[in-house]
Amino acid sequence: MKQPPEPDHLPYKIVIGLEVHVQLATRTKLFCRCNTQFGAPPNTQTCPVCIGLPGALPVMNDEAFRLSLQTALALNCQIPPSTKWDRKQYYYPDLPKGYQISQYDLPLSHDGFLEIHDSQQRFESKRVRIRRAHLEEDAGKSIHDERSGTADSRIDLNRTGTPLLEIVSEPDMSSALEARTFLDELKLVLVYQGVSDCNMQEGSLRVDANINLHIRDRETWIPTPIVEVKNMNSFRAVERALEFEADRQFDVWQETGQRLGDAPKQTRGWDDQAEVTRPQRGKEESSDYRYFPDPDLVPVNVSPQQLDQIRRQLGPIPAVLREQLQTQWGLGAYDADVLVNQGPRLVQYFTQLAEACGDAKEASNWVQQDVMRRLKEQQTEIDAFPVSAATLAELIRMKQAGQLDRSRAREVFQHMCDHLQSPQQAMTALGIQQVDTAELSALCRSLLDKNPAIVADVKAGKQQAIGSLVGQAKKQNPNVNPAQVKEICLQLIAEMS
Amino acid sequence: MSLTRQDVEKVALLARLRLAPSEVDTMTRQLSQIVDYVQLLSELNTDDVQPLAHAIEVTNVFAADQPLDSLSREEALSNAPHTDDEYYLVPPVLGS
Repeated sequence: MKQPPEPDHLPYKIVIGLEVHVQLATRTKLFCRCNTQFGAPPNTQTCPVCIGLPGALPVMNDEAFRLSLQTALALNCQIPPSTKWDRKQYYYPDLPKGYQISQYDLPLSHDGFLEIHDSQQRFESKRVRIRRAHLEEDAGKSIHDERSGTADSRIDLNRTGTPLLEIVSEPDMSSALEARTFLDELKLVLVYQGVSDCNMQEGSLRVDANINLHIRDRETWIPTPIVEVKNMNSFRAVERALEFEADRQFDVWQETGQRLGDAPKQTRGWDDQAEVTRPQRGKEESSDYRYFPDPDLVPVNVSPQQLDQIRRQLGPIPAVLREQLQTQWGLGAYDADVLVNQGPRLVQYFTQLAEACGDAKEASNWVQQDVMRRLKEQQTEIDAFPVSAATLAELIRMKQAGQLDRSRAREVFQHMCDHLQSPQQAMTALGIQQVDTAELSALCRSLLDKNPAIVADVKAGKQQAIGSLVGQAKKQNPNVNPAQVKEICLQLIAEMS
Repeated sequence: MSLTRQDVEKVALLARLRLAPSEVDTMTRQLSQIVDYVQLLSELNTDDVQPLAHAIEVTNVFAADQPLDSLSREEALSNAPHTDDEYYLVPPVLGS
């Protein structure tokens, strides 16, 4: 089979930077007190501030600012002592003021980083630098009639003025997979901080990507023109769009030989059905936005005390938790990854369970195999899970004590989930009783008496022959523990000789 | 004159304004007068002056994240030239 080429042998390097817009989890908009609830009837959540009526005065939402600082700290950013707001001017029907309030030269945070790694080791772990994270207001929603192209466009301004944090990475990613991993990790950080619901379907998280190639030219690299890719509605779409775009750009390079600077920056949209990118409108030059400080909004100073306070309240960082699960609880890298990816409350459930049953590996198995499967089947969250960590720990301890084997313990677990019962109640309901040792020995002895051929086989060294006795024992009494039956039978046979 | 016709045409394009040639002449003259007037400020020597982000010395003005009533949709749409009573209607944006 043909091996895929090593990156070193590709005739080019891929260079990717991402811009992520995250809607912050506030109740009201950034500069007015209109509700941000998703799904309200069109144009019912607006006021003179967000639809740009003359004389309205925007006032900054304190929670939006706090959530921004919290996110910036979680992304290891520097927070300057002072920040301000600027107007970014452009005309578009979903931007009623004719400008967007954003941040230009003094963003609230800059120069952070996010570590990415792949548990399958398809790329080397790396630190992706965060250039800046700044706060801005969202625009409204345009609904175009795609059938005719001539009918009016409809505008809903409910979303206008919703707080967005724009997070801009440096172009530090060199494959579509790295970009995808960055997004997964970033989303995890945001979810652990509780600063956004990150729902891409509802537009709470939007991704634009900048990508170009560096073509190998003997000892140097030739950069090609940069393309901005938009309209990607899932992380999977980002990954596929970037894979497509890298191939396309190499074809264009071979055809035209265009270098960075030979052609203006192009904007292309991802078509998820056709699986291609297509050119979009030419982007105005940055200077055409004619940024200037917004005179309606005063600067914000951030004190070291305020930052300390937010730092103290910072939620867990996924990378730190993964490390803790490995060092404090002895889990493997893969298991730590699976648990952390499920979110902070599942990790908490795991640690409570591990603590209560005293066996982290066992706890991890139960959470991954039984709890997570049940959550998936029932399409529910760990908060709504019917069996508490303490109750599940009781069951695990009974299994550890040899009172139940794995498969019977699973039956009990199912019953506990279905009927909201304790392990004892579930065992009674299922007719599971503990078989006392004397009873078990008697049963084994009678089986050995009835099966001299098997005894002979075992004596001759064929230990696996014992399996048939275990089966017969279970048939006679479903409550017996197979491991115990096996052990007792082997011991009795040993005593015979 | 500090502004050229090209400057005015560019700004008009960015503002989505269509100006007749005579209007471009008028605008070039009038906007130049404004820019020249503001230009007076550059006579001051500001070498030793720190840049200001804002003209008044107030900082950190915030409001609590508590929802208040929005406009009714009827009120919100009342100034729009075209609506369908639910949405604002504008000429097709993607109609090229």
